[in-house]
Amino acid sequence: MPNKPAIIVKDAVKRYGDFVALKKINLSIQDNEFFTLLGPSGCGKTTLLRMIAGFEDVTEGEIFLFGEEIDKLPPHKRPVNTVFQNYALFPHMNVRENVSFGLEMLGQSKSDAMRCAEEMLELVRLSQFASRKPAQLSGGQQQRVALARALAPQPKVLLLDEPLSALDLKLRKAMQLELKHLQRETGITFIFVTHDQEEALTMSDRIAVMSDGEIQQLGEARDIYERPRNTFVADFIGDTNLLAVKVESISGSMVQCLLKGGQRLKIAVNDKIKIGDSLHVSIRPERLFVSDVDDSRGTLRGTVKDNIFIGTDINSLLILDSGDEFRVRASNSDRGNKRIYAPGKQVFVTVEEGAARLLVD
Amino acid sequence: MAGVASKGGEVRSDTYRDSRTWLLLPAWLTLVVLVLVPVSLMLVYSFLTKEFRGGVVWEFSLAAYDQFFCDRGLFGDEPCSIEWNYITIFWRSIWQAGLATLFCLIVSFPTAYFIATRPQSTRVIWLFLITIPYWVNLLIRTVSMRFMLREEGPVNNVLVWIGIIDDPLQMINTSFAVQIGLFYSYLPFMVLPIYAAVERYNFTLSEAAADLYATKYVTLRRVIIPSIQPGIIAGCILVFVPSLGAFLAPDLLGGAKNFMIGSLIEEQFKGNAGNWPFGAAASMILLSMVMIILTLYARQQSKALGAGS
Repeated sequence: MPNKPAIIVKDAVKRYGDFVALKKINLSIQDNEFFTLLGPSGCGKTTLLRMIAGFEDVTEGEIFLFGEEIDKLPPHKRPVNTVFQNYALFPHMNVRENVSFGLEMLGQSKSDAMRCAEEMLELVRLSQFASRKPAQLSGGQQQRVALARALAPQPKVLLLDEPLSALDLKLRKAMQLELKHLQRETGITFIFVTHDQEEALTMSDRIAVMSDGEIQQLGEARDIYERPRNTFVADFIGDTNLLAVKVESISGSMVQCLLKGGQRLKIAVNDKIKIGDSLHVSIRPERLFVSDVDDSRGTLRGTVKDNIFIGTDINSLLILDSGDEFRVRASNSDRGNKRIYAPGKQVFVTVEEGAARLLVD
Repeated sequence: MAGVASKGGEVRSDTYRDSRTWLLLPAWLTLVVLVLVPVSLMLVYSFLTKEFRGGVVWEFSLAAYDQFFCDRGLFGDEPCSIEWNYITIFWRSIWQAGLATLFCLIVSFPTAYFIATRPQSTRVIWLFLITIPYWVNLLIRTVSMRFMLREEGPVNNVLVWIGIIDDPLQMINTSFAVQIGLFYSYLPFMVLPIYAAVERYNFTLSEAAADLYATKYVTLRRVIIPSIQPGIIAGCILVFVPSLGAFLAPDLLGGAKNFMIGSLIEEQFKGNAGNWPFGAAASMILLSMVMIILTLYARQQSKALGAGS
C-alpha cells in the first residue's frame, strides 16, 4: 500500500496519577515528512515523543508505525531512533564506537558496524574526530555525533527531542539547515520537538502546535502563521497584536467590530460568529502601516510610545486610544515607505487587507 | 577517589589557591605523624633482632624475613627451602578477601542501584538504614555473629526446625564463618561508593542504549557498569584491603585452622609470646602487596583516561 503513514497516534492519553499530561491525541505523520511538535514547556510534546520512542507507557490509545502497532513494544524493539536533548553520548566510548553501537546491537559484525559508522561520520563531517571521546568535542560536534548515532541504524522514523536547544544561536541556525538537508537526503521521517517557534517554522513540513496536553492546531508552517485557529496559536507563533473586540454588525463577508475605546474595525469573516459576540482579533505587526494623516476607513488611532531598532526591522510600540498596546514592525529596508515617528506623536494605523483575523477562543 | 579524575581537561578554579600551604598543614602533619613515622618504624623494626619477651634489640638482622620465606628445618641449621606456612596464610587471606569482595559486590550493586533510583527524599532513609549496624562496635558484632553461627545458635536451630538439616552444622571455626564475618564487616564500604557512582550516572544513557536496540543485559554490561566503574573499583579496594588485614573475624569465627595475615601479625605483638621483627616484616609484606595492587589499579585507570586523546 503506497503512502502508509509513518506514525499514527490514535486516541493516545497519558496520565501520571491524577495529572493528565496528554488528552486524547490523534495524529498522523506521513512518510518522509519533517514533522514538528511545537509548544511551551509542559505542553506534553516531549511526553508524546517519548511515548513513540517507548520510554513512556501509553495510558490509553494506540501508536502505529507503518501500520504496525508498537505501543506495547519495549524501546529496544522499536525501529525508531532518538536524538536526545543533551545528546546522551556514551562517555566511555569514542565517537566511532558511539555511532556503531546501534549497528552492533542489530547484529552487524564489528567490522561492518565500524565501516558504516565511518560513513555516517563522513556524512556529518566528523571523520577526523572518530577516535575522540565525546568530552573532547564541542557542543555542535557532539550534536552531530548524536545525529550520526541515531541515523546509523537507518531507523524508519527519527525522533529529535529539542536537539538544538543547547547550541548558541549561530550554530543553531546552521544546524537547522543541516538537519533539514539531512532529512531530504535520507528520506527518513523526522519528528522534531521544540519550543522555538522560529525553528519550527524554518524546518518543518507540518507543525502540530500543542498546549495543555492537546494539539491546538496542525498544519503547514505558513498556514499556521497566517491562519491561527485560536488566540494561543496566534500568540505563540510569531509576534502578534491581540485586541478584544465585540461584533457590531455583519454584512456579507465583512464584520464590523467595536474596540474597547470606541473605534471600529472591518474584518473578513473566517468563523461562525454572530452579532454581540466578544472575540479577539489578531493582527501581525508587519502587516500594519503607520501614517500621520487619517487616510482610510480601516484605521486605528494611537500615540507612539517607543521605537526599538532590532537590526533588520524597527519595532514601534504604540498606545491605541483604546488603551491597548500595539506593536508595528517596519522593515529596515523600506524606511522611506513606512515612516517612523518620534515618541509622543499621534499617528493613524492602517491594517493591511486580510491581515486582521478574528479568533473565537 | 577515581570519579573525580574522570573529567579530564576540566579547568577548576581554586578560590583558596593562595592559602593552600597552611590550609593543608593539618593534613600533612597527620600524614607524617600518624602514617609516615609509624610505617618507617615498622620498616626499621622488621630488620632488627627480636627480644624474647616482645620488643627488639637494636641489631641489624634479616631473621624476620628469613623466618617468613625460609624453612631451615627443626634446628634451623639447614639450607633455605621455601617455607609454605606463611605463604599459605597469605594466600588464604588473599582468597578470603577476594571472595568477600566478590560477594560484597554482588550484593551491593543491586542495593546501591535500588537506593540511587529511589526518590531523592527516601534515599537518605535507605542510606541511614545501611549504616545502622555500624553504630555497634565491630568486636561486638563479630562476637554476636559467633553466637548466631554456633552449634546451638539461632541459625542452626532454625535450619533444624524447618527440617533442611537433621543435625546442627559445624559453622563456627570454618572458612565459611570467616567469609560471612568479612562480608558483613565491610559491606557498606562497597555499597556507599557504588551508590555515589550510580547517583551521578546519567540515566538517559540507559534510554539511549535501549533506543539503539540494546537489551537490558547489554545496557548493564556495556553502558551502566563502564560508567560507574570508578565507584565499583573504589568499593572493591575499600573492601579488599581491610579484609586482607582483618583479624577479628578470622580470630573469633575461624579458629586456628583459618588463620589470616591480620591474626598472624596481631599475635606477634600480643603479650610476651610475640616476635616484633617478624610481625613488622609480615606487615611490610602485606603493605607491599596492597601497594602493588593499588599501583596497578592507578596505572590502569590513567591508561583508560589517556586513551582516545
